[in-house]
Amino acid sequence: MQDQDLTAGQVRDLRALAGIIIPPSAVYGVPGADDERIFNDVLRSLDRDRGDIGRALAQLAGLAGGGFADLEPARRAEVASRFREAGGAPLAALVRVVLFCYYRDDRVMRSLGQEPRPPFPQGHVVEQGDWSLLDPVRARPRMYRSVD
Amino acid sequence: MLDKVDVLIIGSGASGAAVAWSLADTRMRILCLEQGDWVKPSDYPSNGRDWEARLFSDFAINPNRRARPTDYPINDANSPIKVVNFNGVGGSTIMYTAHFPRMHPSDFKVRTLDGVADDWPIDYATLEPYFAENDRMMGVSGLAGDPAYPPKVPPMPPLPLGKSGARFGQAMNQLGWHWWPSDTTIATTDYEGRGRCINLGHCTPGCAQGAKASTDITYWPLAIRAGVELRTMCRVREITVDADGMASGAIYYDAEGKEQFQPAEVVILACNGVGTPRLMLNSVSAKFPNGIANSSGLVGKNLMFHPYALTYGYVEEPLDGNHGPPLCLWSQQFYETDKSRDFVRGYTFQFGRGVGAIMEAIVSANAGRLPWGEDHHAAYRKLVNRRIGLSAICEDLPEEHNRVTLDPVLKDSSGVPAPKLDYTISANSAKMMQHGIARAKEVLAAAGASNICVESPILNGGWHLLGTARMGTDPERSVVNEWGRCHDVKNLFIVDGSIWVTSGGVNPTSTIQALALYIADSIKQRLANLFD
Repeated sequence: MQDQDLTAGQVRDLRALAGIIIPPSAVYGVPGADDERIFNDVLRSLDRDRGDIGRALAQLAGLAGGGFADLEPARRAEVASRFREAGGAPLAALVRVVLFCYYRDDRVMRSLGQEPRPPFPQGHVVEQGDWSLLDPVRARPRMYRSVD
Repeated sequence: MLDKVDVLIIGSGASGAAVAWSLADTRMRILCLEQGDWVKPSDYPSNGRDWEARLFSDFAINPNRRARPTDYPINDANSPIKVVNFNGVGGSTIMYTAHFPRMHPSDFKVRTLDGVADDWPIDYATLEPYFAENDRMMGVSGLAGDPAYPPKVPPMPPLPLGKSGARFGQAMNQLGWHWWPSDTTIATTDYEGRGRCINLGHCTPGCAQGAKASTDITYWPLAIRAGVELRTMCRVREITVDADGMASGAIYYDAEGKEQFQPAEVVILACNGVGTPRLMLNSVSAKFPNGIANSSGLVGKNLMFHPYALTYGYVEEPLDGNHGPPLCLWSQQFYETDKSRDFVRGYTFQFGRGVGAIMEAIVSANAGRLPWGEDHHAAYRKLVNRRIGLSAICEDLPEEHNRVTLDPVLKDSSGVPAPKLDYTISANSAKMMQHGIARAKEVLAAAGASNICVESPILNGGWHLLGTARMGTDPERSVVNEWGRCHDVKNLFIVDGSIWVTSGGVNPTSTIQALALYIADSIKQRLANLFD
């Protein structure tokens, strides 16, 4: 499976599963992981995980008895739950790619109060803090052992 | 055949860069071969929106995952701790978090003080001037006055406490335990051409700002200006010997994959505690059928990591997350041996500022904390930027069964046999880790954290590769002498973490580099009779 593209059916299954892992939320005003922009990022980001994700989707299709995306919603949720319980490295790889694409989406980052930008060159501000907290430690006697 | 050089250094990382810079003032012809390439600051992940995702691809900390053409595979299936490294100019200083404690005076005297392992043949006082010189060269930020150390004066002020650091400080004061701002090689002021830290926060896989000291931007520019040649994309296969059993040079594959022989008067190995024994074991000859300089049989043995026991929890209000260097405080409260405990030696606590949004999601998903479905969003918002954690960096004692050998099957892209690790965590280390976890839970409780989680050992926590060509005065019990020269081959030196006798309980880069500078000075003082 390594380095092979996903089939059209696997792409549909992956998108359906992504939407179950992270559905949209009206409460937080965020899309789901099956959102077109986010899902296209997922497909572009399979990279070293392509083989594992292919294996995970094959396992998912096996549990579904065919196309996972074609199942009725209730049955889909049931299969997804069994899939999650089965666990394994291929599933972990699939979830990882979904998560790192979801949580770098501009809309999602803004909803978390984060700026949608790379760390460089702007950086961040970290408060110095209260250095007087160290006073009791400064007052301690030396604590390293003598070797003489 | 290429022109002969006076000194051939293999590896351009923490120790190779330091020894090259120090030897440059001899005006000898010095060449360093590095299997990786220069890394441009603009290539570092923090330049792009995919900065966290690249920890799982071309900037993965595990070389087997990263799998760049410049990496070599490591069979680590028989080790609960996987190797972390980087291959490029600067070596693993590209891929470290810049925590820079020194070993303590007691670390060099463990047999005398605690009746375990062996004393080092050198001591803290011998290394002290080299620690100071290295602090200046790498640019260390910290605070003088730490009662856990002999006096030292870092050249720059410490990293900011931030919300997490202040919370930890209050918790440690409540418990009456030692804590102190860490020495780090992250510049807090503009320093020797490096910009000051602007809190990119993603320090480990390279600093786009150049505030984190990696040897490609500290030692190497000065060494090259002083005449040292650094040849990149050159993977050394073996060290060769002449009829007298002296090292004669190295066979390597150049950037085009063409085999080359580089003759040399002196060879210095600086390939880390896995790469160096791998190279030595691959250097087989009639004189050294079990690997070069291996009459003791100890090359590759006594591998020490520092098993990391990570304990973390979550607080109610947002902290700093990844907005700042990840490590800014340490504690040496449990560093020295306490006979009331059920283990000898001890550990450092290093305190973590927090993690990024994506890392939090991935780790929490793997741990089962993050549900699928509607509840995902609310659950995640109780986790992101609310993590607070600390790790016990536990001293690993040397055991010969923990070792690096050559894998009979696995090879790198040049066809060179890959290293294979066999490593188990000792009973002493396991007890130490449990102690660290229990104390860490007390710290987290005092810091107001709940939902406590443990990762012990940290799986991808093999940052510190030590002990596989140990230093000593007895050729039957050590590989190199007290100034880094191989007992068996008098023009072959080792300057990396391989030569460590014991591991201490601190991040080792500061001491590795101080040792390299000390060995370079020892060579310079003996140039007239170096091979006697």
